[in-house]
Formats: sequence, structure tokens, C-alpha cells
Amino acid sequence: MKILVPVKRVVDYNVKVRVKADGTGVDLANVKMSMNPFDEIAIEEAVRLREAGIAKEVIAVSCGVAACQETLRTAMAIGADRSILVESDVDLQPLAVAKLIKAVAAKEQPQIVIFGKQAIDDDANQTGQMFAALMGWPQATFASKVVVSGDTASVTREIDGGAETLEFKLPMVITTDLRLNEPRYATLPNIMKAKKKQLDVLKPADLGVDVTPRLTTLKVSEPPKRGAGIKVADVKDLVAKLKNEAKVI
Amino acid sequence: MSLLVIAEHDNAALKAVTLNTVAAAQKIGGEIHVLVAGSGCAAVAAAAAKIAGVSKVKLADAAHYADQTAENLAALVQANAAGYSHILAAATGGGKNLLPRVAALLDVAQISEITAVESPDTFVRPTYAGNAMATVKSADAVKVITVRSTGFDPVAAEGGSAAVEAVAAAADLGLAKMTGREITKSARPELGAAKVIVSGGRGMGSGENYHKLLEPLADKLNAALGASRAAVDAGFVPNDYQVGQTGKIVAPQLYFAIGISGAIQHLAGMKDSKVIVAINKDEDAPIFQVADYGLVADLFQAVPELIAELG
Ligand SMILES: Cc1cc2nc3c(=O)[nH]c(=O)nc-3n(C[C@H](O)[C@H](O)[C@H](O)COP(=O)(O)OP(=O)(O)OC[C@H]3O[C@@H](n4cnc5c(N)ncnc54)[C@H](O)[C@@H]3O)c2cc1C
Ligand SMILES: Nc1ncnc2c1ncn2[C@@H]1O[C@H](COP(=O)(O)O)[C@@H](O)[C@H]1O
Repeated sequence: MKILVPVKRVVDYNVKVRVKADGTGVDLANVKMSMNPFDEIAIEEAVRLREAGIAKEVIAVSCGVAACQETLRTAMAIGADRSILVESDVDLQPLAVAKLIKAVAAKEQPQIVIFGKQAIDDDANQTGQMFAALMGWPQATFASKVVVSGDTASVTREIDGGAETLEFKLPMVITTDLRLNEPRYATLPNIMKAKKKQLDVLKPADLGVDVTPRLTTLKVSEPPKRGAGIKVADVKDLVAKLKNEAKVI
Repeated sequence: MSLLVIAEHDNAALKAVTLNTVAAAQKIGGEIHVLVAGSGCAAVAAAAAKIAGVSKVKLADAAHYADQTAENLAALVQANAAGYSHILAAATGGGKNLLPRVAALLDVAQISEITAVESPDTFVRPTYAGNAMATVKSADAVKVITVRSTGFDPVAAEGGSAAVEAVAAAADLGLAKMTGREITKSARPELGAAKVIVSGGRGMGSGENYHKLLEPLADKLNAALGASRAAVDAGFVPNDYQVGQTGKIVAPQLYFAIGISGAIQHLAGMKDSKVIVAINKDEDAPIFQVADYGLVADLFQAVPELIAELG
């Protein structure tokens, strides 16, 4: 069986972004870009399923600008077999991405599509669920453990009060949570190998998908700043301040 | 204009976050209906009917809603969506699982974790771990929205007297079968609802230290316990303790960050707390940049002292 893994190119998680002075967005000039961390976990899980003999092929797919090819090369260096870029300069929102992935899935016929739970730029946490809806497939979101056997999968999900385990029939969607696995580092030989792997480029129009944004960003602003705090001398001082100054205990 | 709020509950009781979601609906304006979908959940519907400002409760009671699986719930919401301008749910694990599915079934965008309402079609939501607040306008006929509870003060749980109307269950899609659920048991307040939160990070060193030091402190303060991702990953505490960009978003009156460095992903989950206290042995730890009161100290000394000082 094939596993499809959508991967997004995002601002690296170590970067603290700055809002542009004119309020039109965040400043992305000269900012380090990386694969969304949850998507690295998704690729790792797919590659492990292939290594375990459960999957035959792992295909990474990214939707966005030409530079997403770097992200796909990273996915192939971790172990994806080949990849697809759906190239577009439009601001691709979750519903549009879900529709693009659906069109790719129609061609590739994967049994499992593994998304990250959340892209750390838009913090939407939507695309996997939307894709599952469009396909009429089950969705195992926020997965911390995946066991595939035959045409079923048992997935443990992180929920607000703890964890729950459900059984699903393939085909299905999985979205990864942080504790599903620890992605391996791409080694230099694997990075070299990835350069030779197949990377196909498509356009949304080739797939017949309308990617017009549904949401317009009117403005982007900085969150309210916290006033500077103080250092207290010792525990006594701390408790006194909490009681008499902040009046919270 | 009518709005539909999806109730959050465990079949026995209505979760308090529903009150914050109703508050967001009130800011948008219009007639507010609440959908209660579950199994044997008449008590939840009765509680929803009492919420101030709610004019109707729709109750779908069927065995296949017991586990709140998104596949079945989304189909039910879709079947009941006609006539609503807005569909809202809390931005909890449950709401985040469900609402994008609902939105895609309706072929509309979903607007995640709004923290403010500017107008019926324009909302503020955090992006980039809360470092950029985006004001977004929706062009869709139906606005499907998850609500960050810390952005809206809850409406009163009592005072309303809405009619409860039974609605037909949608078919059981049979796409997912629950085989086990482990709920962390705790007599403490829930993280989302607590006035005081005591969180520990990697600096605690072990799960044993975490519990030995932080439980008695939380007892003194009637606090909920939280943690950084590093503390959860290291197995000190279960996953549902995680505060942050990809964990729980909290804004208590008082937040203690103990042995937590203050990574942006952690700050994203707690920087709207009223008062922040940090205890860290590294005076340059970024947590001190958001702390109202910073104590540079070894936590293994400071925490027992703090417990003693609180008397
Ligand atoms: C995609 C993604 C999502 C993430 N989501 C989250 C999230 O939701 N929540 C979250 O918290 N993190 C999240 N993280 C992780 C985040 O980047 C940090 O790695 C994490 O918050 C660090 O946890 P920590 O502060 O406990 O550990 P560390 O950064 O290791 O800090 C430990 C601190 O303890 C102090 N310390 C050690 N010993 C003592 C002592 N004896 N006394 C006093 N102080 C001591 C040290 O000085 C240090 O500052 C995420 C990361 C990624 C990539
Ligand atoms: N432009 C994109 N290209 C490929 N995958 C994406 C894209 N946007 C989102 N995804 C996938 O959807 C997940 C959730 O993203 P989001 O719904 O934007 O938070 C990500 O972790 C990716 O797996």
C-alpha cells in the first residue's frame, strides 16, 4: 500500500517572527524556513511503516511556492520514496490544500494519508480533518501511537483529559501529535540520495482545484506586550509580593 | 440571524468551556441555539437550556454519539446546519477534531481559535504561536469557528430557560470504534478552569521530583498542575498536562513556571496569565522576560521553602 504525507514549508520553530510595521503580515525576509515539525513526525511514521513491510511506497506532497522543493528533498532524505509539488504562489488555506491533496490522492490511491496535526505558522489544525471529510474517510487525529494490521489500524489519540484508542478501517487519515515518534536525522548520504529521487511538479489548474482564499487577512498586529517584571530577592519576598502587591494569594 | 453552538460535555455534565463559546456567539449577535449530541445526555441538555442567552437546545441522543467521534458528529452537524449563519465550538481537543470536518462538509473555511469578534464576519486569531494576531474576514455564507476560551469571559450558567427540542440522529457511519479511553484522574481543578496553575519543566529532573515537590505546592494553592513539553516527553507527567502552542492554552490569575526555560511554544500557552512567577536557576532564562516575579534559585531549595512560607 501507498502512504501519502503532506508536508508544509514553514518558518523554523526556533525563529521568533516579527510583525511588519505596516501590519500587512509577518516579516519573512531572510528568515530560516524548515519543514513543519509535525510533518517530520508524519514522514518518520510513514517510513517506519514501510520499513516494517506494511507500506510499499511513501510519497511526500507539498503545496506552495517553488522553494517547497527543499522541504520535499528533506522529506526524501528522511526516507520518502518520491514527492510531488503542487506549485502555487497563492496563499493556500487549509480547505484549498485539502482539495489539492484530494486530487493527488485520486491519482495515487493511498490507503493512509498522514498529516501533521498543526502547521506552526497558521496554527490552523484543520487540513487533515478537512481532507478526511472530503474523502468520507475516518480521521485519527492527534495520534501518539499507530498500529496497522491488515486493513485496520488501531490509533491512540491525545485528548484533553488523557488518551483514547480507536480502531479504524483503511483508507484513513492520521494526524500526528508530538509524541508519536522521534524523527531521525537525515544523514549526508541520504541527503545526497534524496537529490536523485523523483520530484514531480503540478499546478492547481492541472488538478482542477479552485484555490481562491476564503479568508482575507485585514491586518496583522503584535500581541499585547507584558510589562517588565522584577526579580525578587528570595522566597519570603516573593510570597509577600504575591500577597500584598499582586493580591493573588 | 441564528447561531449554533456545539456543546462540549461527557454525556453526564456540560463542560464549562461551552459558556465561553456562548459568550463569543453573543458578541457576534443573533439567536443562539445549542446542539447537544451524545448518549443518555438529557441532563446535559437541561443544563444547556439554563445558560443565559440561549434560546433553544437541540438534543440528538443516540448510542453512536456516546464517544463523540468526529465522523458521526460532523454528519449530524451538517444535517442540522441549515439556517445558521455561524457554527461555533470550543477550541478544545474535541472542537478542533470536529469543526474542520464540519467546515469541509459545508465547503467553507474554518476559523481557528478566535480570541475576539470584530463584526459578524471579522475575527481576531493568533498565529505563529501567538506572536502575530491576525484579523481575518470570511467570505463564506456560514462561518465555522472554534473559540479560544481565554478570549471570552463565560456567560452565566443559570438564568436561561430555553426549550429542548429532540432532533433526529444521523446514520451511524461506523468509521471509528472506540476500544479504550484513559482519563487522567485528579481531584484538582481542570487546567482550563483553574485560578492558579503550577507548572514544572525539565528542570524538575524526574517524575518523582515533580510529584514530590509540586503536588504539595498545588495543594496549598488549590492549583491545577501543568507542564512543559519537555516534562511530558520525558514521562514526568501525562500528555494532557502540556501547556503551550500545541498543548493547552491557559490564562489563570496566577501561573508558576518552575524549571521551565520559556521557549516560545510554551509562552504561547500561558503568557496571557494575569500574574506569572518564574523559578529558574538560570538568570538569563527567557521565562524571566514574561515573568512578573522572577526568582533566580535552585528549585529544589526554593519550592520546599515556598511551601513552608505559604503556611
Ligand atoms: C512543534 C513544536 C511544538 C511544541 N509545543 C510545545 C508546547 O505546546 N509546550 C511546551 O512547553 N513546549 C513545546 N515545544 C517545546 C519547546 O520548544 C521547548 O523545547 C520546551 O518548552 C522546553 O521545556 P522546558 O522549559 O521544560 O525545558 P528546558 O528548555 O530544558 O528548560 C529547563 C529549565 O530548567 C532550569 N533548571 C534546571 N534545573 C533547575 C533547578 N535545579 N532549579 C531551577 N531551575 C532549573 C534550566 O535553567 C532551564 O531553564 C514545542 C516544540 C516544537 C518543535
Ligand atoms: N501547503 C501545504 N502543503 C502540504 N501540506 C500541508 C500544507 N498546509 C497544511 N498541510 C498539512 O496539513 C497539516 C495541518 O496544517 P494546518 O491545518 O494548516 O494547521 C500540516 O501539518 C501538513 O501535514
